[in-house]
Amino acid sequence: MGTVEYIQHHLTNNTIGEGFWTFNMDTIIVSFLLGALIVFVAARLGKQLETGTPGGFQNFVESILDFVATNVRDAFPGHNPLIAPLALTIFIWVWLMNFMDLIPVDLLPWLFQLITGDSHAYLKVVPTTDLNTTLAMAFTVFALILYYNIKIKGVWGFTKVFLFHPFGKFFVPFNIVMTLIEEVSKPLSLALRLFGNMFAGELVFLLIALIGGTLAVGAAALFWAPLQVLLDLGWLIFHLLVITLQAFIFMVLTIVYLGMAHDEGH
Amino acid sequence: MSINATLLIQIIAFVLLIWFVNKVLWGPLSKLMEERQKKIADGLSAAEKGKHELELAEQKAKEVLKDAKAQAQNVLSQAEKRGSEIVEDAKVKATEEADRIKASAQAEIEQEVSRAREQLRKEVATIAVSGAEKILTKEVNAAAHSDMLDALVKQI
Repeated sequence: MGTVEYIQHHLTNNTIGEGFWTFNMDTIIVSFLLGALIVFVAARLGKQLETGTPGGFQNFVESILDFVATNVRDAFPGHNPLIAPLALTIFIWVWLMNFMDLIPVDLLPWLFQLITGDSHAYLKVVPTTDLNTTLAMAFTVFALILYYNIKIKGVWGFTKVFLFHPFGKFFVPFNIVMTLIEEVSKPLSLALRLFGNMFAGELVFLLIALIGGTLAVGAAALFWAPLQVLLDLGWLIFHLLVITLQAFIFMVLTIVYLGMAHDEGH
Repeated sequence: MSINATLLIQIIAFVLLIWFVNKVLWGPLSKLMEERQKKIADGLSAAEKGKHELELAEQKAKEVLKDAKAQAQNVLSQAEKRGSEIVEDAKVKATEEADRIKASAQAEIEQEVSRAREQLRKEVATIAVSGAEKILTKEVNAAAHSDMLDALVKQI
């Protein structure tokens, strides 16, 4: 298998269906399993909550909650009971989906091919390298932004933002274009940033994996195999930072955008 | 890598997950943390209150102690006064008693002396008479000279 085929094979989803009605089963199943994991662990934790002296895992979860709550308090004016759980969901889910990137690139596809018996079965493990996932979250956030804009400012108030923002009443057509771009760029930047970072990270993992796959033949393996391990470790440590940062950015921007939607001053 | 129906599924998954996270994770845990925060705040304020109360009680104890000390001092000085009074009283009484006893003893002695003197007088008279009788023998008659003798007895 050539390098190009190797990479393309890794970046192709396992799909069911045709045209628009195609379902990326790997994306859906992995993200569902991770979501179910969150709910399962949370439900188990919920049964043994302790008020007085929380144990190790509860402490860990509480510190995450505290972290999210602090961010919501800092970036979100006013009070809305939806924001904090939404931010928490984004942070944990995105982090877990990003974390799939740190599992060795060939491990899960290889296991999958072993189980199905099809040596060419596609499996793209990281849901956030699928634009569908990141866009789905971004659109949901965008729907909430629109909903709260209209709820807080009223239809006319929200329209006024389009008409008279940012350059006043003498630039109405220009304002409409500017505000439209501003609003549309919110979900797009959210989705594309996460997708781009994860996709690029996955690609680098694939390239590092190729060192061992293509160059380490015969005696050369003595040189290339340790190099691959070293590079892989380095990128893994760096990427651990990236996946956390991306999950954090998605969460904080969601809070900030929704905060702007709640702002009546515009 | 194209956008397809996966998007719809992921939106549903996302919304469901938000609901679940709120239900099983955020809801109970944030409530618990809030309760704990309140408990800690209550405990701290209670401790503060206790400290304040302790201070007040200490002050009160000090005052009570001071009062008691003053009272004890008072009682002590009163007792001393009373004691010296009693001693003084006893002294006076003892002196009076002693005077009385002395006086009665004096009187008795005087009585005794006068009685002894009387007796002595009588005896002297008798002795004188008998002596005179012996000297004068028959010439002196007791009856005839009793006036003289009486005068003699009185002189003695």
